Amino acid sequence: MRKSLLALAAGLLLAGSVSAASAADKLKVGFIYLGPVGDLGWTYQHELARQALVKELGDKIETTFLENVPEGPDAERSIEQLVRAGNKLIFTTSFGYMDPTLKVAKKYPNVHFEHATGYKRNPNMSTYSAKWYQGRYIQGLIAAKMSKSGVLGYIGSFPIPEVVSGINATILAAQTINPNIKVKIIWANTWFDPGKEADAAKALIDQGADVIMQHTDSPAAMQIASERGKLAFGQDSEMIKFGPKTQLTSILDTWGPYYIARVKAELDGTWKSEDSWGGLDSHMFAMAPYTNMPDDVKKIAEDAQAAITAGKLHPFKCPVVGQDGKPVECKGGANLDDGQILGMNFYVKGIDDKLPGK
Amino acid sequence: MQLVLEKRAERSNTIALISPLIAIGLTIVTMVILFAILGKNPLLALHAYFIAPLTDSYSLQEIAVKATPLVMIAIGLSLCYLANAWNIGAEGQFLIGAVAGSWIAVKTQGTDAGVWALPAMLVLAAAAGALYALIPAICKVKFGASEILTSLMLVYVADLFLDYLVRGPWRDPHGFNFPTTAEFDPVATVPLLIEGGRLHLGSIIALLVVAGAAILLGRTIKGFEIRVVGAAPRAARFGGFNSNQLIILTFAVSGALAGLAGIIEVAGPVGHLQPGISPGYGFTAIIVAFLGRLNPLGILIAGLFLALTFIGGEQAQIAMKIPLDVTKVFQGILLFYVLACDSLILYRFKLVFPNRQVARGTH
Repeated sequence: MRKSLLALAAGLLLAGSVSAASAADKLKVGFIYLGPVGDLGWTYQHELARQALVKELGDKIETTFLENVPEGPDAERSIEQLVRAGNKLIFTTSFGYMDPTLKVAKKYPNVHFEHATGYKRNPNMSTYSAKWYQGRYIQGLIAAKMSKSGVLGYIGSFPIPEVVSGINATILAAQTINPNIKVKIIWANTWFDPGKEADAAKALIDQGADVIMQHTDSPAAMQIASERGKLAFGQDSEMIKFGPKTQLTSILDTWGPYYIARVKAELDGTWKSEDSWGGLDSHMFAMAPYTNMPDDVKKIAEDAQAAITAGKLHPFKCPVVGQDGKPVECKGGANLDDGQILGMNFYVKGIDDKLPGK
Repeated sequence: MQLVLEKRAERSNTIALISPLIAIGLTIVTMVILFAILGKNPLLALHAYFIAPLTDSYSLQEIAVKATPLVMIAIGLSLCYLANAWNIGAEGQFLIGAVAGSWIAVKTQGTDAGVWALPAMLVLAAAAGALYALIPAICKVKFGASEILTSLMLVYVADLFLDYLVRGPWRDPHGFNFPTTAEFDPVATVPLLIEGGRLHLGSIIALLVVAGAAILLGRTIKGFEIRVVGAAPRAARFGGFNSNQLIILTFAVSGALAGLAGIIEVAGPVGHLQPGISPGYGFTAIIVAFLGRLNPLGILIAGLFLALTFIGGEQAQIAMKIPLDVTKVFQGILLFYVLACDSLILYRFKLVFPNRQVARGTH
């Protein structure tokens, strides 16, 4: 009996190694996720993109993901585990993986890395991100039109430039509709914590906000807004099922085309380190359908979207006036340049709050 | 017929030795069933969890790296628990140690501080951890405040203090507002031991701590005092042992070890101070301390074993596409069985045939 069990075990192990060998011809592509694949926000969108990638190139590649990887001491190990498992192209999908990714990238020069939303690069490490502030601008227009109280509620994650530029774009847009628009900002200091996000939404509504927007990843705020009969914007993914009468639109992260393009480049041997920062025109993100608003507001939103896509409208058109009342130096000619937006560390005039750490 | 638990007249030493093995055996059986239900090959899954991580130098190093803070903290906690002092706040002492040590690293950034930097950081971290642990200890001794509550609450204080520092005064000026300090200078980082891996000096320090604790408990009067105060408080009082003094001492030692573990983690694998430096090491170490039966060698083994389940779980996720949640279920089941089997040390199963037999006898 024992012998036959041993034989069985050996057989199974052998079977495993044989299937591993046939998979070795395929390019292995790895993903590191911040949240669970079911967070219905940030990580979920990366997972959808991975699935799109498999659908497109499934016969040439094999994908693996590690979920719930904290942005701490474990991240470096998780990334290296993927390298050691034979992955040749690795997507690390959160800002906090920047230093760990760079460390592993320097150690394995023959493996290629793609880091989302960071600013450090290496000959074998690219970065990619989206110009979400363009979507925020459209949301700002809608919010100002839809708000009866004139107070918007904004749930921030971390006061990093990506988030700060989103807040500024929102307010600049809203001010074109209602110059006296107010915004209340709460920093959740997390990307994903449904409990905290819900508490923040409640607090904002209690302070008079009737349109809730968020830069955190779960649908919790949408649910609270829905319960309280307010309006809200989704984040990262389609959240309409959490607020069928609540969601105005949502900025949808659509990483699929980028992932497919990068993997194709890797397969062709043309991959090289780049910094990709795509906007509405390059389909790095998309806007969910405009819902729960009258037709005239929808028209404003659609017109703005068309103008931004065509390059006719820039959310940070000069002059951009800071909180101190002075216009910000205009390095991009007619508008702020990319560097100023990528490093944005100030609030525009009209935000009655202080940027943390300023 | 009924199955009942009956208290043993004496604790069974045989069971005490084999109960962890029974627990591991039962865990494996349960996991095999679970893997089969998930449609994964149980043998390959077990191989990925337990065998694969032990077969190459890289994974072995990672196990040691993961186990280092757990073992160091758990050793300190075991001294407290043996002396009946309930330090639940090792997580806070870990964070305060990390903060105190980082202070030197942050202040000497870019000044080419010299080789004294790291030793000074280690000493300062241990001292800060000890002082922080003394707060609940003194509240306990002087005012009778529950050290379980006070030490636990101080975790949140430490957490928020660290948060404040990295978002405010210590924030990396070139870090785009992200809450983190700049990377520490090389003189302020824990040296690596093996080229290409992450095994660091901290693991050696952890081994020294284990050896030190074994000597303290096995060969010194102080160790004897600690054990007597915990096991037989009345006898200890007759023996003239001062239990208050021991609470202060064990809290200070465990705080120092947690603080040391904190700075080693920050100046080692992480390389800078940021929120989330501890994925709950201070709490997981409580489990490690009890899994290791409050015995230094046992704690070393328990820490390594728990680390193995983390690394193995990750490899199973990669190799077998087994979800992370299964690893968590697996760790939960293991702890459940360990505790369940431990009850067999003091109790035993007995079949009882009540009423019917009794009834037959009397009539």
